[in-house]
Amino acid sequence: MKKLMLGNEAFARGLYEAGCRFASSYPGTPSTEITEEIAKFEEVYAEWAPNEKVALESALGACFAGARAFAAMKHVGLNVAADPLYTASYTGVNGGLVIAVADDPGMHSSQNEQDSRHHAIASKVPMLEPSDSQECKDFAMLGYEISEQFDTPVLVRTSTRVAHSQSAVEQLPRSEKELKAYEKNPSKYVMMPAFAKGRHIVVEERTKKLIAYAETTPINRIEDNGAEIGVITCGAAYQYAKEALGDTANYLKLGMTNPLPEKLFLDFAAKCKTLYVIEELDGILETHIKNLGISCKGKEIFGCIGELNQVMIAEKLLGKTPEASAYPEQLPIRPPVMCAGCPHRGVFYNLAKHKIRVSGDIGCYTLGAAQPLCAMDWTICMGSSISCLHGFNKVRGEESQDKSVAVIGDSTFMHTGLNSLVNVAYNASNSTVIILDNSITGMTGHQQNPTTGKNLKGDPAAAVDLESLCRAIGIRRVRVADPYKLAEMEQAILEELAADEPSVIISRRPCALLKHVKHNPPLRVDAESCKSCKMCLKLGCPAISMKNGKASIDHTQCVGCGICEELCKFGAIVK
Amino acid sequence: METKSIMIVGVGGQGSLLASRILGNVLLQQGFAVKVSEVHGMSQRGGSVVTYVKYGDAVYSPVVEKGEADVIISFELLEAARWASCLKKGGKIVTSTQTLDPMPVITGAAAYPEEIVEKLTAMGIDVTAVDALTLAEQAGSAKASNVVLMGVVSKKMEFDESIWQEALNQCVPPKFIEMNRKAFALGREAM
Repeated sequence: MKKLMLGNEAFARGLYEAGCRFASSYPGTPSTEITEEIAKFEEVYAEWAPNEKVALESALGACFAGARAFAAMKHVGLNVAADPLYTASYTGVNGGLVIAVADDPGMHSSQNEQDSRHHAIASKVPMLEPSDSQECKDFAMLGYEISEQFDTPVLVRTSTRVAHSQSAVEQLPRSEKELKAYEKNPSKYVMMPAFAKGRHIVVEERTKKLIAYAETTPINRIEDNGAEIGVITCGAAYQYAKEALGDTANYLKLGMTNPLPEKLFLDFAAKCKTLYVIEELDGILETHIKNLGISCKGKEIFGCIGELNQVMIAEKLLGKTPEASAYPEQLPIRPPVMCAGCPHRGVFYNLAKHKIRVSGDIGCYTLGAAQPLCAMDWTICMGSSISCLHGFNKVRGEESQDKSVAVIGDSTFMHTGLNSLVNVAYNASNSTVIILDNSITGMTGHQQNPTTGKNLKGDPAAAVDLESLCRAIGIRRVRVADPYKLAEMEQAILEELAADEPSVIISRRPCALLKHVKHNPPLRVDAESCKSCKMCLKLGCPAISMKNGKASIDHTQCVGCGICEELCKFGAIVK
Repeated sequence: METKSIMIVGVGGQGSLLASRILGNVLLQQGFAVKVSEVHGMSQRGGSVVTYVKYGDAVYSPVVEKGEADVIISFELLEAARWASCLKKGGKIVTSTQTLDPMPVITGAAAYPEEIVEKLTAMGIDVTAVDALTLAEQAGSAKASNVVLMGVVSKKMEFDESIWQEALNQCVPPKFIEMNRKAFALGREAM
């Protein structure tokens, strides 16, 4: 029987069946489960790298060594790995190299909505785009064929709705691949100017061959329904278009979106009276098609913001409006929040209390920006909190350095925060950095990292000693504080802000959602002692709310962390 | 057969992923083409979450939009109201009566809406409201509300109970299977 699989699980299955031997990735929604799933196969070596650049370079080395290799990342992760990608395009491969990149239209869990097809075009690397789980498997496998046939890395682009949707997948046995022989070949692999000039010529010739491949590959397919309307589409957008328009349109469904064919577009356009290009995010297909002199409509109808869907397509192209009735009153929104018992709360409560400027970073703790704590001034990308604070403090000096901190998680610190802390020490900004060490990569769903003492497969691993590391960088003031103890954390923050040199506070307490973390019994409110001062509500804990004029704790959510107990001046919160 | 659309809605952390996997497993066993679309990442942290389950002869889009859902299964009352506009005419809601205050209610910026079940019914919706939390706690854990609701839903769908039991076996870790079977049974009995 076929199995229901997430796109990501199917992708991993494809890598496995194709004989992949090496996988290195950094977690990032919606790409994370590919690497978690492939780690379950004994035949595949799989690891979490500290960041995407390290992951891709490791996979590149593995493919030079003759193995079929793999790296996965989210769209913004490919920015971090762009440096090796653009030159790996020149060296090409030995064993095949497939790189998964997961875009997030609609920004379900991302800081921007970039379209990673731009990276494929700019790096001159072929890109495949599956539109369901079976295609995730098939395209991962085809990726290796193309990689080895054309001597190039291959990008496979998914999006949230492909990566995180389940559909049925046919499973086949693994086809084992022997390591290819490695031969020293400096003119192919040593990218200094003299050799790189030769390789650039190879890349341009390869692109011509790939365009010829794109004209005839079965994954760029025409569905001719004898209709007047023609739709050119790819990825999840194909599924939305099929559902909205059914057999009333002809389709050119592109499984390969870089490089693009030419004749195929001209032939398809000749069959159709009206041509629409339906693609999520940027108008990349549309621009290419218009450059061929073909008249079509796309972004002027659908725009380049957010996800598409079948109702929107039916509305815009067929004038159908959905029959739906709305709830009769306005409803309060429900934004994501820090969980009950989240160790980050004790830090952010203190930062909010003292109106401290906060240079933020990427992780669960970005939620410190939300009501009621509102303790964040900016957040850009992985690792940026420390470097942004450094620049801010250098320009504003004393006015800033005594009341500004950077906050960064343990995994994000190891990703790219480390270099920024070196800059703080080396170029001596009087900056205060708080490492929120919850002993896990939280937001992406609990992945190990170099500080946790375990590797991807759950085996014991070397653990970075954060205190020693910070000292070795040149930070003399390094201290550890417990975020469940509000007063202890407050003292640490105020003393380190006042200090006349760079300092690091390690806020150490494991994520409350970790299975091995033992919870205390839930706390409760003694209604007679409660003075309804609402002080405890300032914590922004989802377990605490007002019920009948008194504070109340939801026993299904409370994990007994105790910070509300410490905060209550009337002793109304009790065990 | 025309494609049927089910939405599972609730608050991040309430266990909608398991519910959608059980449902998907049942539908696949019945030989349908199935798509299940999940939400991972940031919105799982106490935000409003929605999972889509679609089945039929052929399913294309994995998502459900306004006016398309046949059934909404809700783990929380406010969320049932929030997503009601996705129902088709004649659509049904199966909801837990549990309420969880969202942050704007906690901070006092908004009030939790009142008489949700009554207002949904007044919209012409067939609403089944069950105290799934109490039943889950009877089964052994508040976290089993999701499986209680699956028990309720199983009574409203035409598939044999053994198919559901098989899906439970495949989707729930052996350690928790007894508790979840109990939760499922309590959900069925509540109908």
